Amino acid sequence: MARIDRSSGGAAPALGDVVREKGLWLFEALGPFALIGAAVIAWEVTALQKAIDPFLLPAFSTVVMRIFDDLITGKLLLNAALTLYRALVAFGLAASIGVLLGILMARVVSVGWFFDPIVSIGLPAPKIALLPVFMLWFGLFDLAKIMMVAFSASFQIIATTWAATRSVEREIIWSARSLGATERQILWQVILPTALPQILTGLQIAMPISLIVVLVTEMVMGGEGLGSAMLRSARFADSPGVFAGIIEIGLLGFAVIRTMEVVRRRLLSWHQEAARDETTV
Amino acid sequence: MAASFRRYLPLLLIAAVWEAVTRAGLITELTLPALSNILVAFWNLLMQDLLYQTGRSIMRGMSALACAIVFGTAAGILMAWYKPVRILVKPVIQCFYPMPKSALIPLVIIWIGLGDSSKITLIFIGCLLPIVVSSFNAARGVDQVLIWSARGMGASESEVLREIVIPASLPEILHGIRVALALSFILMVSSELIIANDGIGFLIGFLGEAGDFRGMFAGAITIAMIGFFADRLYLAATNRLLAWRE
Repeated sequence: MARIDRSSGGAAPALGDVVREKGLWLFEALGPFALIGAAVIAWEVTALQKAIDPFLLPAFSTVVMRIFDDLITGKLLLNAALTLYRALVAFGLAASIGVLLGILMARVVSVGWFFDPIVSIGLPAPKIALLPVFMLWFGLFDLAKIMMVAFSASFQIIATTWAATRSVEREIIWSARSLGATERQILWQVILPTALPQILTGLQIAMPISLIVVLVTEMVMGGEGLGSAMLRSARFADSPGVFAGIIEIGLLGFAVIRTMEVVRRRLLSWHQEAARDETTV
Repeated sequence: MAASFRRYLPLLLIAAVWEAVTRAGLITELTLPALSNILVAFWNLLMQDLLYQTGRSIMRGMSALACAIVFGTAAGILMAWYKPVRILVKPVIQCFYPMPKSALIPLVIIWIGLGDSSKITLIFIGCLLPIVVSSFNAARGVDQVLIWSARGMGASESEVLREIVIPASLPEILHGIRVALALSFILMVSSELIIANDGIGFLIGFLGEAGDFRGMFAGAITIAMIGFFADRLYLAATNRLLAWRE
């Protein structure tokens, strides 16, 4: 680049700017891959040099081969499907109960009064501590896992739905009512659409919680799934299995969370936030 | 007083129904011990090692959280402040942010083992990302006009950072830390449930496996209440720290 600058003589400043801009553009285009790429290369090289005990850090290629292996034998698909099934059923349960209860709490005074202290204590409490209780009540199989996940995720959904429904402006409800809307119409056409963005935010917070908890339940109770496969690998000192598990779970989490973002954008395409430029990571 | 009694009355109702149903034998002791029995078990545990085990857990959680707060806010603000840092680090964050943090439990087991440092590492990594993301978003969202005005009045870059960016992004950063606080309790208890030789999660799992369900309920309720009070305490501290806002 320096050579170009010198040879261009009089036009140097302008060209220099261009070069710098190009450099910056190149940096911006390649930068995102730089750190991850460098990390993967460094990982592979250190592992191949045996600079770190291969038990602690198996080579990246070994881990990729392991994932490939899991994929062809069908283990990956089975485990991922089981984990996803548990997480999604539990999430669906938590979402339907949570949204319903949240709206009821905001609309019916006595329901709100009854559940307010329960939710305000339950929301920040680490619900996972009740895992042995859920094992006692529901056994060691899918039911216990699903109930535990649903229980953990539901408080967040109840709390945000409750807050969202309460914050719907009364004037809007009054206007709808004076225009002759029935209570049911008000619920479906006024309250739900107005509260939807915040309710979706609650669901978007609850989904990662579901994934975290479903893995923990699998690790504690066993019974296949990505979490239990990973913990078994750790117990048998099978470190490629652990690393493969992390990557598999990471991809699963990434796919689920991105899907939720797409769904949100779809559902809220009418909303002003769709046009807003996002800064969130 | 009366208002808060009215507010928390449902809890008393539940406790009364719980006690009545179990005393009447409608639910067996093996499913749900009577509340009074759980309280007795709580007292017995308190006389034994409940405080020690809880203290161990809290120590792990808090030291990891403290590290995560220091590194996380620094990284988040740096990402917002320097574009090169952002370009390099943001994709890493984007990759790891959606990963369920409990997936790291087996990894820290094979890397570090069963002791304190494996749990501290786990909680540190788990809490780091929410804090980084919230401080990044907070520092990015600072009103540009404020920064321009400060610069226009001759503030140096470090002054802008110290006097404008950090105070203006404090509320959102503190909210991110609150999320991380809840997460630290989840990771603490679950990692101890899965593999540990002390800590409250270990105690709950141990009592459950030993068939001491009263003690198990007592332990689970204890750590749940501690999580709740930690959140309330944090909220009170936050409100004090942000009292300068209106």
